Amino acid sequence: MIPLSHFLIVAALLFAISIAGMILNRKNVLILLMCIEMMLLAVNLNFIAFSHYLGDMAGQVFVFFILTVAAAEAAIGLAILVVLFRNRRTINVEQLDAMKG
Amino acid sequence: MNIVIAMPEIFLLSTICLILLLDVFLREDCRMITYLLTQVALLATALLAYGAMDGEKTTGLNGMYVRDDLAGVLKISILLLTFVVFVYARKYLKDRTIWVSEFFLLGLFAVLGMLVMVSANHLLVVYLGLELLALSMYALVAFNRDDGRSSEAAMKYFVLGAIASGLLLYGISILYGLSGKLEFAEVLTYVSSQNVLENIPLLFALVFIVAGIAFKFGAVPFHMWVPDVYQGAPTAVTMFLGSVPKVAALAMLLRVLAESMGAAQPGWAQLLLVFGLLSVFLGNLIAIAQFNLKRMLAYSTIAHMGFILLGALTGTTEGYSAALFYTITYAMMAAGGFAILILLGREGFEAETLDDLKGLNERNPWYAFIMMVFLFSMAGIPPTVGFYAKLSIIQAVMQAGYLWPAVFMVVMSVIGAYYYLRAIKMIYFDKPEQTAPIQAELDFNILISVNGVLMVLLGLFPSALMGVCSAAMVASRL
Repeated sequence: MIPLSHFLIVAALLFAISIAGMILNRKNVLILLMCIEMMLLAVNLNFIAFSHYLGDMAGQVFVFFILTVAAAEAAIGLAILVVLFRNRRTINVEQLDAMKG
Repeated sequence: MNIVIAMPEIFLLSTICLILLLDVFLREDCRMITYLLTQVALLATALLAYGAMDGEKTTGLNGMYVRDDLAGVLKISILLLTFVVFVYARKYLKDRTIWVSEFFLLGLFAVLGMLVMVSANHLLVVYLGLELLALSMYALVAFNRDDGRSSEAAMKYFVLGAIASGLLLYGISILYGLSGKLEFAEVLTYVSSQNVLENIPLLFALVFIVAGIAFKFGAVPFHMWVPDVYQGAPTAVTMFLGSVPKVAALAMLLRVLAESMGAAQPGWAQLLLVFGLLSVFLGNLIAIAQFNLKRMLAYSTIAHMGFILLGALTGTTEGYSAALFYTITYAMMAAGGFAILILLGREGFEAETLDDLKGLNERNPWYAFIMMVFLFSMAGIPPTVGFYAKLSIIQAVMQAGYLWPAVFMVVMSVIGAYYYLRAIKMIYFDKPEQTAPIQAELDFNILISVNGVLMVLLGLFPSALMGVCSAAMVASRL
């Protein structure tokens, strides 16, 4: 049987990679959206591992809700991306600097 | 099950669906009907929420939902503020070519999300309410589709908001693993049995949860989105975003930190202290350097949020009620301040720099006076309500034994007064650059006058609202 800590370490690594991805990425907004998805999946992994080891269903129910919300979030994120591209003709992170101060 | 306790939300949701359906069949020139129905729905929901206030704390829906006086006060203030904001927004939307029903419907969905957050008694319900609010807000910020700045602001808001939800969720997942529960009362039982400052995993969870909440407030160091979103969003949306959701953010803080983790107060108070002091410091200092009025108000929001966080961190009834009082009155001033910006703009012209305020007194003395009241109130100058709000926060902070933070808050308020007074000087002593007449419809005029006069009245007689706030806190045992 795989101990709980292994799951938690994998989830923490996934979470850290997604944060690092957002900070290091200077090119494409799409990659930011992927990082956001990965972040939520890391959280899901945490919930499922805890739920299994605690023998409590609430964590798995929570995961279903997170998955649903993540889908809605991706839809809105992509919609904003399309609008942004139509107005700006670019989705380069570095060129999103019309406002400063 | 006791489904009755969610009556205001169920009513609002059904009304939204009805309005959504009806709107499909309405012609372009009948948008007014959608608007009127929206306003009626808000008022009716407020009445339902008022009727549900009975001084009792009832939980229902399998312990996921709670109805108490605190929820009642928060819900009524959210609904009434939204009502006022929508009246102000109508002028803005009509003057531009964006008089569409999406604004009101997305706004209603955001309000629904806020109501759910306010009544949550379970971490999952908090998350769902928060996301309903956030997703509607992302769409609202971007809803002026042809404006590049507005879509850029929406993108920034979306990415940073999603990170904040991720942080909050990660914290909740660790907390769930530690306590095995998601319901507030059961989480509290677990937290009470622990020595918080020694329990590293619990502190770890706490840091993530507090970070998520601080983001929703826009407190330093999670404030990066605030100026860009305020500046980029259409002014009507900025007004909505800058006033009503602050009440919901405070509700989330009270529910998640004070109610479900009240026993961990020594842990989260330290974090809130740092965030609060940094917000008061950076918000006031950077606002001085701003010449874009919307951006200046954004930094001023950051400073105000710092005050609210500092009031809430005391963990006392006085502190919580002072924070609630501050939040409600701040939301009123912010709505009023942005309403004046809407007044100054017209078709093809956005009023957003400080220069647009110049000579407002010559153009319209009454609006100039009201704007001065709002600015005085934000700066915290008596007899406006902003003074009393700041005073009660500082009193609560000092009673809790934080002497130096209180002194620091006073000093930063004095520094912050500079940029408000600069704006007032421009209103009264500079020559106007614009000469176009300032006009608004009757309901706009009445509401903005009431809003301005209330700032003074509440400052003279604060005990009316303060009494309601502290009674709500006592009834909810906070």
